[in-house]
Order: sequence, then structure tokens, then C-alpha cells
Amino acid sequence: MSMDRRDFLKLAGASTLVGLGGLSVFDGFVKDGALASQAHTAPGASAGKRLAMVIDVSKFKSPDDYKRVSYACHSIHNVPSIDNLKHEIKWIWTDTYEHVFPGQADQYMAENIMRLPFPVLCNHCAKPPCVRVCPTKATFKRKSDGVVMMDYHRCIGCRFCMAACPFGARSFNWTDPRPYIRKLNTSFPTRTKGVVEKCNFCAERLSAGLQPACVEASNGALVFGDLHDPSSEVREILSSRYAIRRKPNLGTGPSIYYVIGGNEHA
Amino acid sequence: MLEKALTGNRGYWVWIFILLAIIGVGFINYLEQFKTGLGITGMSRDVSWGFYIAQFTFLVGVAASAVMLVIPYYLHNFKKFGKIIILGEFLAVSAVSMCILFIFVDLGQPTRILNVMLHPTPNSILFWDMIVLNGYLFLNIIIGWTTLGADRKGLPAPKWVKPLIYLSIPWAVSIHTVTAFLYAGLPGREFWLTAIMAARFLASAFAAGPALLILLCFIVRKYTRFDPGKEAIQAVGKIVAYAMIANVFFLGLEFFTAFYSQIPGHMHSFVYLYVGLGGHSELVFLMWISAIFSVVSLILLIFPKLRQNERTLSMACVTVFIALWIDKGFGLVIGGFVPNPLERVTGYFPTAPELLISLGVWAVGFLVLTVLYKVVVSVTQEATTLEH
Amino acid sequence: MSDGWKIIAGLIIVIGLVTFPFYANFGKTVELPSTLEADPGEMHLGDIPLVNMRSEHMQLLNRWREEVVREDERYIMFDGDEYEKSLQNGCLSCHEKEDFCTKCHTFVGVRPYCWDCHIGM
Repeated sequence: MSMDRRDFLKLAGASTLVGLGGLSVFDGFVKDGALASQAHTAPGASAGKRLAMVIDVSKFKSPDDYKRVSYACHSIHNVPSIDNLKHEIKWIWTDTYEHVFPGQADQYMAENIMRLPFPVLCNHCAKPPCVRVCPTKATFKRKSDGVVMMDYHRCIGCRFCMAACPFGARSFNWTDPRPYIRKLNTSFPTRTKGVVEKCNFCAERLSAGLQPACVEASNGALVFGDLHDPSSEVREILSSRYAIRRKPNLGTGPSIYYVIGGNEHA
Repeated sequence: MLEKALTGNRGYWVWIFILLAIIGVGFINYLEQFKTGLGITGMSRDVSWGFYIAQFTFLVGVAASAVMLVIPYYLHNFKKFGKIIILGEFLAVSAVSMCILFIFVDLGQPTRILNVMLHPTPNSILFWDMIVLNGYLFLNIIIGWTTLGADRKGLPAPKWVKPLIYLSIPWAVSIHTVTAFLYAGLPGREFWLTAIMAARFLASAFAAGPALLILLCFIVRKYTRFDPGKEAIQAVGKIVAYAMIANVFFLGLEFFTAFYSQIPGHMHSFVYLYVGLGGHSELVFLMWISAIFSVVSLILLIFPKLRQNERTLSMACVTVFIALWIDKGFGLVIGGFVPNPLERVTGYFPTAPELLISLGVWAVGFLVLTVLYKVVVSVTQEATTLEH
Repeated sequence: MSDGWKIIAGLIIVIGLVTFPFYANFGKTVELPSTLEADPGEMHLGDIPLVNMRSEHMQLLNRWREEVVREDERYIMFDGDEYEKSLQNGCLSCHEKEDFCTKCHTFVGVRPYCWDCHIGM
């Protein structure tokens, strides 16, 4: 979709005149501009940080590299390893191009890309549908840095968020997860049966000044930083490399970017 | 008036105890679910809502359908609905009770249900659904109970009920619209992301609900001396006919958009439901039953001769009800989850405990319905004996 | 009063149910939780005086969980030191769960579900 900032501002202005501007429920339409959600954000709307991640898939060299990343996450967060795929719980895992970017695969595509596993996790969307639908604000977006969080104390287990998430990022505790946790990390809670869980961008590590565990374990394949800071590493990569996001057309504004090619000209 | 439900013949009590037994079995299974978690159902990470929420969705329609009697009677002064209308209102009470129970048994943390009121969240459609469902339940209890009480004394209903009755009309539309919005506003669920979802819901509701009502009227007429009136039943039959036509038409529209546009995401769910996808075809058989029953019901409903014959009318109602029960009580909800957002296919079919819990909820609904209808029948008979 | 027996039978059943906790626990001995030994004087944790902690710790924990999860305010000053507002990383880093939580909960017959998620060891 092509639309420059002028057009966008005109539209935003027009829709404000229509009178939606005052209603907080409709803020999303106006502030971020429903029509401009893919590429533009309104100037000045960027108060606070917006944490994001760039995943350079070419830097994953072996299956162990992927395993190390998801193990780092799942072990510190007490994510259970449940063999029954129906009850599976996962915060960060991998899938292939055609599943991570449905509708974009092509039979003549380079085979190495088709077979390449792509790490997938919660996108910490700018306009998260899961937050919009939650009836108790158990899942919410932090104003300070845009991280989409879960309050497991408050979740009633209605699973509306799972229906709303277009990325399949959420897991539900169909049974008590404790028996399936291989090695308990005693400094982090587990979850209980009946609540939804997902990646928290390592909120507990961020507040201790650390990087997310997956980033730390990725040998530089995962880069983490603030999208609102023009000098951040993520912004540097995004301004020089071709990066894609999952289902950007839905307008949720994912914060996870993928760099695919093995060289700078990809 | 409730004491009327405490006296009855042998058949009445046998029926009550059968229902209580089914409720008991459901409750025991629910205790198991409460203890071990929703893992005892067939739901999964990919199909995260199942039979419970689908039944809830279907029953919201049954509840909303009372309005199809209220509009002709109160707005158009269609007097023939005078006796049947109370049956419609109490059917709504029973259906909404089941809706609320189905939501409850679907919760992972049912003890925290009041969080919905403790942390009210107007941007969540589920919050509004709670409001409209509870509101509709109370409206129908108040309206039904008051008008029946007035009837008993041979008086006209008190004036203050009138505004409530008028309010119940848009309210009935709202419960099904809001329920459709649960689905129709989710990005990335293409099967549900359709503007005619609410319209489709209403059409199917106004077919399935009145169809059930006609069947209930036949049963009441057969086992009691209460007669809702032949003409009233025929009028409801016409409503079912029109609504079912609209429903099938809307479904056709969905098919057209999906398959003429050839957009894969829009076709996938239909393919899963009607022919199977990725080696999974759990619901294909049921969906075809639904399709065939829809066609059969249309034939029985459209031709006046067949509709006017009570035997074929009841067959039409049975087929309408089953067709829509499968379509909304299974296909619509499950279909939206298949394939999952990563275009992988996980199949779904309810497990035995899940079905028994659902059956228990249905039994609660029928118990409520039986008790309320018993009161209606006894009160009306008492009123007629007083007159003579 | 031909229905009198029904009323009396009903009353007996109701009284039987209501008094169930008494005769179910009759004659059982229960270990009393230890009494507060130290005199906490004016000490507060947050704005709750330590002497009231037995009756008010649930409010404190409730507030903590909102503050930690939703506001990212994870630490609290107590007696000159900084502590994590956390059951497992705060309270239980010094106290023993059995002594600090379980005994009293058993005594008053409550079963809080904190430990379904939080790890107490």
C-alpha cells in the first residue's frame, strides 16, 4: 500500500473531524491511522520506548543454534515440555517459511529458504488484538516500552486472546504444567492450570538491565532494542537491510522483524 | 407461582428425575474437569475453543428468537400469539441460563469469573456479552413472570412492564449481534472475519429458536391441556420458513465470496468443514448432514401444503434445528480455528467427558424450561377453571 | 399441621449441615502457630505495620502483584535494605515456608493457591 505521510495526515485529520477523535475506544483508528498502520506511525505518538527484535535467520548455522535459543527461554521461564502436541506450551519455537509467512511461499523459491526454520514468538504488537479482547485486562501492553504482558493472577482462562492472536503465539495450560517441567528454575514462578501464557520479552530480565534470554543465547542472530531510538542497533539494521514481519497487512504492528538473506544485498 | 412446579403427575416427576440424573452425571464430570483442567476436553493449543463455546453460540440464537413472538404480539397486535408468547419468553430464560453455564464450564479459572466485573474492560466484546446476556435473562424473567402473574388474576399486565417489553426487542437483537462480534472482529481468522456474521447469526437464530418452540408447543399440547393455538403455531412456522431461507442464503454468500475470490485463507475453513483438510476430516460427515437437512427443511417449509400439515411441519422443525445445531454448535466455531494461524491443521472432536458436561448443561436448561412451562400450564388451567 | 414432620425433618437436616464443621473437628488437636516473638515496634512493610501483618499480608501481596506485574515496580525498602516484592525471591529468601506460611494457614484452615505457581522451597 502506498501512501505518503501527507495523505495519511489528511486522512487522520478527516477522521478526527468526523468526531471519532474523542472516543478512546476509537483512538486506535485515528492515532495510528488504520489506513497507515503498515508503514507509518503518527509523528509524536512515540512517547516511551518500543522494544523490538530483529532476527537474522542467516546467522543460525545449525539446529543447535535454534535449540539453544528456545532452551534459554523455556528453561528460565519454567515452560513445560509436553509431548502431547495438543497441550503443547511454547514461548519461542521454529517453523518453516510457508508457515511463518503463510501465503508468501512460492514453489520456485530458493530451497534453502523454504527449508530454513524461522524462530517465532509473541510479536509484542503495537496494536495487540489479544489485549483488545481480554475481558479482565489480564493481558496488557506496557506503556513504558510496548511489551505485551500477561498477568497470570488475573487471567480467567477464557482463551479469547488465543482466538484473537493472528500469530499463534499463545499457549493454554490445559492441565497442571508442573509435572512437565524438566528442571525447575526456583527464581521464576511456574503457571497453573487454566491460564494462558506466552513470551514476556523477559520483562523480569529487562528490569534488571539484562537482554532477553533468547537474545543472549543467540550469538548475535537476535538483536534487541528500542524502535523509537534512531541510533539503536535494531533501527540501524532496519535502515540498511531488507526486513519483513509476519502478516503486516493485519495492521497489528508486529515488533519482530526477520532478515532473511545471507548477504547484505538480500 | 413456583409452587405449581412442586405438584405433578408421575410422568412429570419421572422426567424431572431423569433430568436431575443427567445433571448429576454432568456435574461429576465437571468436578473432574475442575480438578485436572480443560485437558480432559478435545480442545487444543490450535483449536482453543470447542463444543462448549459453540453450544453457547447456538443457544444465544435460541434465546434471541423470543423476539420473533414479541414483535408481532406487542408491536403489531397479533393476538393469536397471546398464549404462545409466554412459552417463547421462558424458552429464552432457559436458553440464556444454558449460555451462561456453557461459558462458565469453558473457563480455565472459573473461580475468578468475577474478575470480569472487578476489572471492567469495555473494549472487550466478552465484557459486553456478559452485560447483554445477563440483562436479557433478567428482562425475560421479569416480563414473563409478571405477565403470567397478571394473567393468573385475570388482570392486564401492569403498565411498567410495557417499557421493559419494548426494551427486550432491541436487546434480543443485541445479544446475538454482540455474540457475532466475538468472532467477526478478530484479525487473522478469515472464516469469521465477515461483515454478515451478525446477520447470519440472527437469521439462523430466528429459524432454530422458533423451530424448537414449535416442537415444544406440540409436546406441551400433547401432554397437557394447554393449547398454544393452531394458528399461532402456523404463524411461527412461517417465521421459521423465512428465517431459514435467509440463513441458507447468507451461507451461500459466504461460499461465493470464499470460492469466487479464490483467496486461500477464505477457502481453507470451508474446505476443512466440508471435505477435510490436511488429512483431517472430523466434521465432514456432520457438516453434510447439516447441508442435507437444510435442503430438506427448506422443501418442507416452502411448500404451504407441507408446512400446514403438522406432521411435516414438525419434521421440518426437527431438520431445521439439527441442521443449525450442527452448523453453529460445531462448524462455525471449530472451522474458524482450522487451519491455525501458522496454517497447520489440528483436528478437533469433543471427548466423552466434554459431551457429558454439555449434556448436563442442556439438562439444566431443560429442567428450568420444564419447571417454567409447568407453572405456565398449571396457572393457565387454574385461570380457565376459575372462569367457568 | 399434617406437614409438621416435614418442617421438623428439614430443620434437623439444616442444623446438621450448619454445625458440620464443629462435630467434624471435634476432639482434634491442632498445633498452634508460634506467637510473634520479636517486638516489631513501629516497623512497617510498605504501609502495613508489622504487628498487623498476619491479618493484612494478603492486601500487601495483592498490591505487590499488581505493582510488580503491571507497573514493573519490583523492589521495596525494609529495615534499611532493598527486597524483591516476591514470594519466592523476597519473603522466602529468608523465611522458611513451612514456618512462615503453612502453619498458620493450616491453623485457620485456608488453602491459598499461591503455591500453584510460586515456588516455595
